[in-house]
Amino acid sequence: MKRKLLVVGALVVVLAVIIVLLTGRGKSDTLKIGTIMSTSGPVSHFGTQCRDAMLLAIDEFNARGGVLGKQVELIAEDDEKNPEKTMNALIKLITKDKVKVVLGGLTSDCTLAITKEAQQRGILLFTPTSTNDSVTDAGDLIFRACFKDSFQGQVMAQFAIENLGAKKAAILYDMNNDYSTGLMKSFEETFTAFGGTVVASESYAGGDKDFNAQITKIKAGDPDVLFLPDYYNTISLITKQVRNQGLDVIMLGPDGWDELVGQAGEEAVGGYYCNHYSPDADDPDVVEFVRKYRERYGVTPNALAALGYDATYIVLEAIERAGTDDPQKLKAALMETDKKYVTGHITFDANRNPVKSTTILKVVKGADGKLTTEYVGMVNPE
Amino acid sequence: MDFLQQFCQQTLNGMSLGSIYALLALGYTMVYGIVQLINFAHGDILMVGAFVSYFVLSKWGITPVTLMLSFLPSMLFCLTLGVSMEKVCYKPLRNQPRINALITAIGVSFLLENGARVIPAIGPNPRVFPTLPVVNYAWLGVSISRVQLLIFMVAIVLMLLLNYIVNFTKIGKAMRAVSYDKGAAYLMGINVDRVISFTFALGSSLAAAAGILFASAYPQIEPYMGIMPGMKAFIAAVLGGIGSIPGAVLGGLILGVAETLTKGFLSSQLSDAIAFGLLILILVVKPSGLLGKPMGEKV
Repeated sequence: MKRKLLVVGALVVVLAVIIVLLTGRGKSDTLKIGTIMSTSGPVSHFGTQCRDAMLLAIDEFNARGGVLGKQVELIAEDDEKNPEKTMNALIKLITKDKVKVVLGGLTSDCTLAITKEAQQRGILLFTPTSTNDSVTDAGDLIFRACFKDSFQGQVMAQFAIENLGAKKAAILYDMNNDYSTGLMKSFEETFTAFGGTVVASESYAGGDKDFNAQITKIKAGDPDVLFLPDYYNTISLITKQVRNQGLDVIMLGPDGWDELVGQAGEEAVGGYYCNHYSPDADDPDVVEFVRKYRERYGVTPNALAALGYDATYIVLEAIERAGTDDPQKLKAALMETDKKYVTGHITFDANRNPVKSTTILKVVKGADGKLTTEYVGMVNPE
Repeated sequence: MDFLQQFCQQTLNGMSLGSIYALLALGYTMVYGIVQLINFAHGDILMVGAFVSYFVLSKWGITPVTLMLSFLPSMLFCLTLGVSMEKVCYKPLRNQPRINALITAIGVSFLLENGARVIPAIGPNPRVFPTLPVVNYAWLGVSISRVQLLIFMVAIVLMLLLNYIVNFTKIGKAMRAVSYDKGAAYLMGINVDRVISFTFALGSSLAAAAGILFASAYPQIEPYMGIMPGMKAFIAAVLGGIGSIPGAVLGGLILGVAETLTKGFLSSQLSDAIAFGLLILILVVKPSGLLGKPMGEKV
């Protein structure tokens, strides 16, 4: 009996110690920033690099003594590019980790799933990468570090007409994805406004793998350019089938094409897309960022990484200016942002969207036989 | 391109997709014919087959010869997987109510999908399946790519082989006997366990081949890639009359063509709705499927 009591007593002590340790950890004196990135699933190349770049930025702040005298801690959640999981991750960050600032989500559909909730709960949501126009509509606590889809669509349509001399365009888009449909609309509007004709506008459902039927239809319209607003994983499937069908057309895309060069085969060569930055640019900020990122992770950072890095800098600098991470005060400090970052000079307009330029890149075959990108030009917003 | 040309092109596209469904549907239908089990894990065998071929091709490099050779290890691996699946998961439940085996099949399906996600060699992220350079043959305005040609050739060869095994060999005769009446077959001295294992082996190796073809046509592989083709192949099997081998082939082709023509001439939003609607329609008009006989010979 005595021995039994002893065992029970020991267990109670152990449990108590564990509880103290667990709760004690929550009270540690760090500034917590949450992030929700799709680090696994179809756009994992985007999510992991974006998160890694945030860690890089945060470590730079911490090496200088942190922010407001505290070390910054990044609490990263993965949503697998599933909007429901983005929501779960947001609730977890708010209730369990008690963060006030969330960097995320990655893709527009995931971010759109949480903007209302974040606004209602008074959380400052800063998405590095979600380009859909309506992302910042949910309220005054939602910011982003990237340009909008209407700008990307316009730029590519104008580029097709003015630089490529295209008259007939076709579009193949994902009807279930806010990012894709938004881009489709802005491309179509601009292309028609500049005197071009959209000969075919075909759609598919997210997750589809067979596009042969749509491509056959597009082929019948004999377009000069084909606009493909989607992420690299789907694009690598589409480009393959376009060439398999013998359709000879110049393919154009948005920033979701970044990373395509590592995923697609030769069939993607000759395509153009607009991006947030080019890792080959000779801008000193870009050179410095690419060097640091390569040194730490061994790969060339994609545009999403650059945006993640910028977003972290913008937010942490605003926290320093505001002297707190309280979202209401931080909001005002963010609006004062006016500085050159890796992806360009950033100021926010009244709708908390940055006013910035875009880079157009071409997919080419490098000297080593692997695909790479070539800098074509830069387009500034009007 | 005029209407007729486009129609022919779309039908061709549909037949190549349908051939893959057909190969997969054969596995569903044979297993059902023998043990009256819908093996929901069958679609995931396609995923495993594609991954085995992926690893083989990453090692050997991609040429037409290595691609054809990679069918061998992939089909052998899935054959083993299918047989062990049957021995470990389904055999102990053979005399239990049928729903138990069905639920187990769903469990096995989840196990394969999520198991693949946690194995570091596979992982949750999509990978690019190695493909041959694009070659395209055009004839009277209708073009066929090398991948489509490969799909047709492999599918036809495998179907002929299956036809030979089922109709002209001793084990095939035993399969037909077991499917007709398991009890009587047992009394006649047929080793029923062996026949069932053989059926799983046949079905799984066909699924592996379908997996390689699917991955060659849509070169992106990930643990969940088998779900949708598996679902469609199941529909194809029911459409053709589950338990009937020619029915599965017919069902697969019809489904592939119907899906592609809907996308091509109506709307891509409706393609799945039409495919599944077709199933309901056929089941209302002919509950046993196109070639299924209510109490007739199965397999």
